[in-house]
Amino acid sequence: MVPVLEVEHLKKVFAADNARDLLAVDDVSFAVHGGEKVAIIGESGSGKTTVARMIARLTDVTAGRVLLQGEDITQLTGRKLREQYRKMQLVFQSPVDSFDPRCTLGDGIAEALQNFGWQRREAWQETERLLVLCGLTAEIAARYPHEVSGGQCQRAAIARALAVQPQLLILDEATSALDVTVQADILALLAQLQRELSLAYLFICHDIALVQDFCDRVLVMHAGRIVEEGTPDAVIGNPQQAYTQRLIDSVL
Amino acid sequence: MSDITIRVQAVRRDHLQRKLLVFGVLAGLLIVAAFFSSSLCPYDPYEQNLAIAKAAPSAEHWLGTDRYGRDMFSRVIAGSYTSIFSTLLLVGFISVFGSLVGILCAWSGRWIDTMVMRVSDMFLAFPGLVFALAVAAVLGGGVQNAIVALAAISWPKYARLARSQTLAQQERPYMQAAKMAGCGTLRMIRRHLVPNIAGPILVTAMLDIGTMMMELAGLSFLGLGAKPPIPEWGSMMSDTRNLLATQPWVTLAPGFAIFFSVMIFNLLGDTVRDWLDPKNRR
Repeated sequence: MVPVLEVEHLKKVFAADNARDLLAVDDVSFAVHGGEKVAIIGESGSGKTTVARMIARLTDVTAGRVLLQGEDITQLTGRKLREQYRKMQLVFQSPVDSFDPRCTLGDGIAEALQNFGWQRREAWQETERLLVLCGLTAEIAARYPHEVSGGQCQRAAIARALAVQPQLLILDEATSALDVTVQADILALLAQLQRELSLAYLFICHDIALVQDFCDRVLVMHAGRIVEEGTPDAVIGNPQQAYTQRLIDSVL
Repeated sequence: MSDITIRVQAVRRDHLQRKLLVFGVLAGLLIVAAFFSSSLCPYDPYEQNLAIAKAAPSAEHWLGTDRYGRDMFSRVIAGSYTSIFSTLLLVGFISVFGSLVGILCAWSGRWIDTMVMRVSDMFLAFPGLVFALAVAAVLGGGVQNAIVALAAISWPKYARLARSQTLAQQERPYMQAAKMAGCGTLRMIRRHLVPNIAGPILVTAMLDIGTMMMELAGLSFLGLGAKPPIPEWGSMMSDTRNLLATQPWVTLAPGFAIFFSVMIFNLLGDTVRDWLDPKNRR
């Protein structure tokens, strides 16, 4: 079966002023299969968020390819790229910031549905269903992002991401901005959604402990490269790299 | 937040709300008066009557008469039509046009951005009124040409503002979320970008009304705006300035009309800016 996501030799160079360009991502390759939960972990600046943003085509790719269900999306723009977002969605780190401050949460979710061909009435019904699915009440659709808590807002963001029924959900530090108990709730929600909808997750995270019980596979990134890969138990129980050991030590 | 902070904020908000109401009503009255100026004039502002020329203010002629015996009060009111609507037209045009240019630049990037911004740099490098003088001189006098001249030098300010605002908003996650939610470029701009950058542009435009009113009056004063006998405050001051020593009211009346109008629009602009300040939000 074709993997949901394949990343081939992905590379990102940020041009710097003093002719010393920053190599943020260097030759990263991996695949995510249908229904699989993969985590990328690494410290700040290791390039993990850049990888996520390149996959979502929010940052331009310097070299390499991103394939969604076997289709190369690296060079797509405009309408063709927009169609790809049916298959892949990204949940941002700061939930409140990921909604337009001048639109209600419901507007934001219904808009995604309407952009992908839903009628207005049905879109609003579906919006309420999605909010309930994500553990919120339908009334929250009328609220503005600054009127709800971070956890509620992140649930709404997940509801929006699920609206187009993607096969792949990229979670870019999606729980990092939330406090610990809310983090656990969101992870439980994600686990439940994964069982119901058989989504594939790409979980970008700096916290090894968080992904330990949650993910099928862990990729450890350091200085733009993947330095280690394996099941969470293997990576955490028997790290092969000194860097991975340091990362584990810093958390546990 | 302590109770006192909340109370102070509430008092501040009430105060602002009242200011907004007062200045809003004053500016509204000014605009309504200008709109109905032809029916508000007690006398025909064009009718000459040399028998009562240069009359001092009296019960019949509240602001006296000019050297042709025309009623100054009527002429000041009639002049508001030209002055206020020319200004509103001008500010409306440059703020919308300039903002669209700025959004286009920020959105398309690359050579369009570079090219248009260098052109706007060129306009900004000219001393404003001198350039307007040159344009008005080439196109000839008249209110329309004065508006064109001022529009030509004033739009870059809005283009730069809208461009920088757009660039800042583009980096915000919600714009990227909107992209992933399948919004096309036009929808992103109309539904998400414009509402979020409208505040600063609106405030700039409000504060610009006073400036533009003065510059238009200035051009008219120099004889490059409204042509006599059309009543316009700037040209009225210019027409009558040699009477300043003997019959000061004929010059002072349009002068104070400019002064009060500019002040009202400036105060309204200031209040709107405070009102839109995020610190004022709940």
